[in-house]
Amino acid sequence: MLSYLARRIVYMLPVALGVSLFCFLLVHIAPGDPLTSVLPPDASQAMQDELRKIYGFDRPLPVQFGLWLWNALQGNLGTSIASGRPVAGEVWRAVGNTLMIASLATVIGFLFGSFFGFVAGYFRGSLLDKFASMLAVLGVSVPHYWLGMVMVIVFSVQLGWLPPGGAGPGGSAAWKWDWEHVSHMLLPAITMSVIPMGIIARTVRALVADILNQEFVPALRAKGLMDFGVFRHVVKNAAPTALAVMGLQLGYLLGGSILIETVFSWPGTGFLLGNAIFQRDLPLLQGTILVLAMFFVGLNVIVDILQGVLDPRVRRR
Amino acid sequence: MTAVTGLDVPKTAVAVPPLLKSPGYWSGVWRRFKRDKVAVAAGIVVLLIVLMAIFADYLAPADPTRSSMLRRLRPIGTPGYPLGADELGRDMLSRLIYGARLSLFMGVAPVFIAFVFGSVIGIAAGFFGGRFNTVVMRTVDVFYAFPSVLLAIALSGALGAGIFNSILSLTIVFIPQIARIAESVTTQVRSADYVEAARASGAGSGTIIKVHVLGNVLGPIFVYATSLISVSMILASGLSFLGLGTKPPTPEWGLMLNTLRTAIYVQPWVAALPGVAIFITSISFNLLSDGLRSAMDVKG
Repeated sequence: MLSYLARRIVYMLPVALGVSLFCFLLVHIAPGDPLTSVLPPDASQAMQDELRKIYGFDRPLPVQFGLWLWNALQGNLGTSIASGRPVAGEVWRAVGNTLMIASLATVIGFLFGSFFGFVAGYFRGSLLDKFASMLAVLGVSVPHYWLGMVMVIVFSVQLGWLPPGGAGPGGSAAWKWDWEHVSHMLLPAITMSVIPMGIIARTVRALVADILNQEFVPALRAKGLMDFGVFRHVVKNAAPTALAVMGLQLGYLLGGSILIETVFSWPGTGFLLGNAIFQRDLPLLQGTILVLAMFFVGLNVIVDILQGVLDPRVRRR
Repeated sequence: MTAVTGLDVPKTAVAVPPLLKSPGYWSGVWRRFKRDKVAVAAGIVVLLIVLMAIFADYLAPADPTRSSMLRRLRPIGTPGYPLGADELGRDMLSRLIYGARLSLFMGVAPVFIAFVFGSVIGIAAGFFGGRFNTVVMRTVDVFYAFPSVLLAIALSGALGAGIFNSILSLTIVFIPQIARIAESVTTQVRSADYVEAARASGAGSGTIIKVHVLGNVLGPIFVYATSLISVSMILASGLSFLGLGTKPPTPEWGLMLNTLRTAIYVQPWVAALPGVAIFITSISFNLLSDGLRSAMDVKG
């Protein structure tokens, strides 16, 4: 187990380094000077040089990367060009908000997805199976930002049940776990849950179908185990993979929430990225993407390790 | 009549009937595909959307950019505006028809370009193996550490808005995904017995790639690429929806959805129409790709 753990972590390091290099280079593939958004159009050469020095843009690229990485490791992601505040603080607050709806969405998606997947896998070829498979295709084909708009139209504009956007009366700063605030989470989370629902349903269906075909199932039945007992064995065999898929989906949602957050004006990382893009605030863009990608890398390792814990066969690979 | 002597067997007896040409691989694929009603229907829808984009000039009842301040946000079914009018009084039906052009182009072009580059990179990595393979696949791993949506938005956010930049970003998103599939299929083929046999009988790398590898890997890579078109359509329209794609007044479904967002309180169903177009296109491509996958008997 320990060697498996070590291997996973050692394998992650180059990927993490590559991800940081990519985020670092984002600023440099951008056309134009990263300073243009802060400089007044009539800035003198001396002023430009001074700012360049403050942001460190005057040094050679490898040195800049080294310094940037060193600072990032200590939790310093630079200063936002637009607001002048440290990037790290803004990103963490936003990540917390995104994590809230992404986790809720993953739970909803997992519950419904595995339910549909189980039903479809158990009754292969039945009408229920066709329905569940159709649902899975719909889930991965729907433009989720549009689905968000439709949700707002139905549940906010027409029925008036749920608020159309925002983070509640106190905003995200004064968040409370009461209905007034939580109701703002529901529409974005339900919209978001559609993607993992489809993918988890597909995975679980394939898993269940595969497990039911294995020899131990007739063996259990032959020994006189009732349907429920067999069902328990199927769940136990399907769980590690299904949980792994769920973990990865959480990572995808964290990074992919941008469009949905825009629709619902949810103050998460998507909102932050939107601001960064339109104000051409490259340090903020860089920092947000670095944190989100690192979350995803870390989550991958955690999922791998958990799979190793749950399923000894994985460890030997 | 010829005399039949000892060893002389009549000619007709040895004459082998002309070899029946065995039905080729593609006719089998077509036969299986035809039986799949869902896939055929999806294929027809895709074809219709493509035709709609090509013949937009003849199909659209009105000029998609002609606005009218007096007829803003008309409901579906208004005389002269079968699908209503948008926030600037432009005919929605015409805009949806013209929008197919750019939406399809921005969705399909990245997958096509990535198919070309990703296949070359992946096949080369799979075929030559060794250190080259390691370098390529570790780079691919780095790109896999980003969810597609995040990577697309990061790249086009850094590059700036525009059709070219959004196609470029999506191409970069898809190249690693296609390269990974290409690499794994090629690695499998490379160790197949017939490749060993070809090598043993003196075939060079070029011949083996051309004859044995390409014929066996392009199918699976192609099927995988078609499954990406649906994602690409959603992402491309999503970038426009964020304001990172085309600029107004060009009709494009994602951008139309964006500019109509504020209209959901006035004409909600008109505002939702461009999304319906994206949805129909994306699901048709998805079902078509599923049909191709089973017709071509590609696993995974």
